[in-house]
Amino acid sequence: MLELKHISKYYNVGTVNEMCLFQDFNLSIRDGEFISVVGSNGSGKTSMLNIICGSIDIDSGSILLNGRDITHMKEHKRLEKIGRVFQNPAMGTCPNMTILENLSIADHKGKSYDLRRGIQKKRTDFYREQLSLLNLGLEDKLHVKVGALSGGQRQALSLLMSTMTPIDFLILDEHTAALDPKTAEVNMELTNRLVQEKHLTAIMVTHNLRYAVEYGNRMIMMHEGKAVLDRSGKEKAATKVEDVLGIFNEISVESGN
Amino acid sequence: MTLLLSVLEQGLIYAIMALGVYITYKILDFPDLTVDGSFPLGAAIAGAMISRDLNPLATLPICFLAGALVGMCTGLIHVKLKVRDLLSGIVMMTALYTVHLRVAGRANLPIYNKTTIFENDLVSKLIPQGLQKFDTVLIVLVITVLVKYLLDWYLSTKSGYILRAVGDNEALVTAMAVDKGTIKIIGLSIANGLVALSGCIFAQQQRFYDASMGTGTVVIGLASVIIGTSLFKRMTFLRVTSSVVIGSVLYKGCVALAIKLGFESTDLKFITAALFLIILVLGRDRKRKVKTNA
Repeated sequence: MLELKHISKYYNVGTVNEMCLFQDFNLSIRDGEFISVVGSNGSGKTSMLNIICGSIDIDSGSILLNGRDITHMKEHKRLEKIGRVFQNPAMGTCPNMTILENLSIADHKGKSYDLRRGIQKKRTDFYREQLSLLNLGLEDKLHVKVGALSGGQRQALSLLMSTMTPIDFLILDEHTAALDPKTAEVNMELTNRLVQEKHLTAIMVTHNLRYAVEYGNRMIMMHEGKAVLDRSGKEKAATKVEDVLGIFNEISVESGN
Repeated sequence: MTLLLSVLEQGLIYAIMALGVYITYKILDFPDLTVDGSFPLGAAIAGAMISRDLNPLATLPICFLAGALVGMCTGLIHVKLKVRDLLSGIVMMTALYTVHLRVAGRANLPIYNKTTIFENDLVSKLIPQGLQKFDTVLIVLVITVLVKYLLDWYLSTKSGYILRAVGDNEALVTAMAVDKGTIKIIGLSIANGLVALSGCIFAQQQRFYDASMGTGTVVIGLASVIIGTSLFKRMTFLRVTSSVVIGSVLYKGCVALAIKLGFESTDLKFITAALFLIILVLGRDRKRKVKTNA
């Protein structure tokens, strides 16, 4: 369970460009929820993810993870139980290291990076098996540098790496936006499968309304730092792309876009 | 023959420093100028210890630790005080100039006829009379190869993996719940430890410490790393660390050749700069080729 309570965040305080992003923003995410978040640019979607991860500080409010206050916890400490996949496929992997080395790093998340051998032979089979589940043929490329892979392959690897160790929470930040439609589809299916199989609690920001409607069991639409739409359960299941698009346009007209 | 020997000796000694520069420049992607200070620091400590007739073998670990401490300071300045990488190195390099002068006690400290790692009872017993000419190069070779293998081993550990990851993709290291600052500090410590160790051995081979010894060290280090890595890029059987060692020897060879061709020793810095520029341009050209091929 993750709770954002009374979050306020201002940019450029004290200048003419002062901008309020969040004012008394509240959101609680229950275990097992797979939330898709939509909204126009600048509506605060990615900022919300950054606030959860601790990449940006908040001015007031608190963040609770399973009842524990993590508001002032450092980013890397928080990420011990949070997995994150970024829009840019390059962000989730090390390009100059091999697939095997990347997986080995991910496999040790939360444990100490000490002076024992980086690659344990007995784990290699496990990595190969995990890779074969991606259906991208990566299991035969263990010693290939990740930089030589395509964006889609790297993103799939990022997904695998960020969900390798037990996490409380998976954050997907427009993770299919930089991929071609076919590859995006493959990665989205993979995401859904990982979330279901590992019973992950996940939050996915996306500009693809179809993905937002099709996947997940709750949907939020953000606008000017507020959740203007919040549907879950049957109500979410009954929501169609046209409905979302309608609301989206309505809001845009209101704000003069 | 003498020329070849001295190229090998100096090339291999500087190779240890180049391995340090390899860690900061290639692995951490951190342009570390501390090197210009930690190299003569190692030389000064070696000079001070040996002129007091202390055990020469003890100079090696002590210089490494002193260098590591210096590297840690650069790291702390960069990470904790949030000073830019280049500037943190400059701060430390400038401060170290005073430090190594103080350690040595004066600007030039000769240690002729003293017991060093090259001149002691053990060496004269172990190495037969006929091979005396080669004892220095043999000892240097053993130390450099040992350091290279130790570094190879470290880079294949989990700790080494995360060090490589920091230079490759900082965001990933944070995502792995590791503080990237700490890893950078560890990397800078190891790197400057190696540089000081190199300075320590260099002073004993030259049989003196000189305050100006460190000037331009970072350029020599960078040149060696770039020669090594770009020249042997396609030879996958060679480890990068081996390429750096060979790069260092090749670089020393180029400089020696230039002097042999009639340049004065006062021209040395200019030759160094010119060589470095050539290497940089050639290295970049290769990179572009690789890109168009891909």
